[in-house]
Amino acid sequence: MQIPYTIEERPDTGLNNSKLGIWVFLASEIMLFGGLFSAYVFLRIAAPVDDFAYWGSKLSIPMATFNTLVLITSSVTVIMSWASLKMKDFEKYKMYMGLTLLCAFIFLVVKYFEYTGKFHHGIYPSSSTFMGIYFTLTGLHMLHIIGGMIVMGYFWLPFGNKMWQSNPEQFTNRIEVAGLYWHFVDLVWIFLFPILYLL
Amino acid sequence: MSDNDNEHIQEHIKVYLTVFGALGVLTVLTVAASYLNVSTTEAIFLALTIATLKASLVAGYFMHLITEKQTIIWILTLTFIFFLFCMFIPMITYIDHTSLS
Repeated sequence: MQIPYTIEERPDTGLNNSKLGIWVFLASEIMLFGGLFSAYVFLRIAAPVDDFAYWGSKLSIPMATFNTLVLITSSVTVIMSWASLKMKDFEKYKMYMGLTLLCAFIFLVVKYFEYTGKFHHGIYPSSSTFMGIYFTLTGLHMLHIIGGMIVMGYFWLPFGNKMWQSNPEQFTNRIEVAGLYWHFVDLVWIFLFPILYLL
Repeated sequence: MSDNDNEHIQEHIKVYLTVFGALGVLTVLTVAASYLNVSTTEAIFLALTIATLKASLVAGYFMHLITEKQTIIWILTLTFIFFLFCMFIPMITYIDHTSLS
């Protein structure tokens, strides 16, 4: 059975169901991270003066800046993979999607070195309220990166991208929806970077 | 796909690459601004202004929000109102504590 409105737009919403679905999901994600951003503000207000700045100074700005640039690059490569499909260039799609996955992997490797560096110096989530919220926010964000990699990895591998042969339009829509999620993950990092590393 | 559609996508790609450049420059600016000798309030204002600008570029151009249907805009407007409420809860708590003491 074919699920209705996967390609064509519903007359009442003006959208296909997959796009409406991802935006409602992203709205719930905004509230998930919103709750944690709110917790950050609450903890920062309640913390002793300069406590957050002191613990924040233990984080590596060069590593985080590099990761920010990596994530921005991945946002461009994922949208280029969608644009390639729109232009019916499947080989370019695979190249750009592969680059997106590579960027995501590099992000995780840098994060691994950041985390292990902290643990090596005896810094854990229990060390301070700043470290508690730092590991919670970046850990949740990292889970989103891994989730995105699983979905995009599936669409990159031969068994996941065979839909391109049978239903190219629906496959292109799937990449667009996965891309929207990925941009959201980038967007969250854009705010995490200054509030955790720079302020 | 017609040549016209291809040209349309090519135009989009130019915009994406311009936004990519802008995001890179703004990232460097964010880091540079953090080394300025300003008060904490000014530093927070500066960093969040640049972050909001970057987020607007991603949402507007990469997520196509500037040309997106009204249904999505309404969903996000409602979410944003709840998000703001969420962000103001700590402020309200703080003001309440201050007035009690």
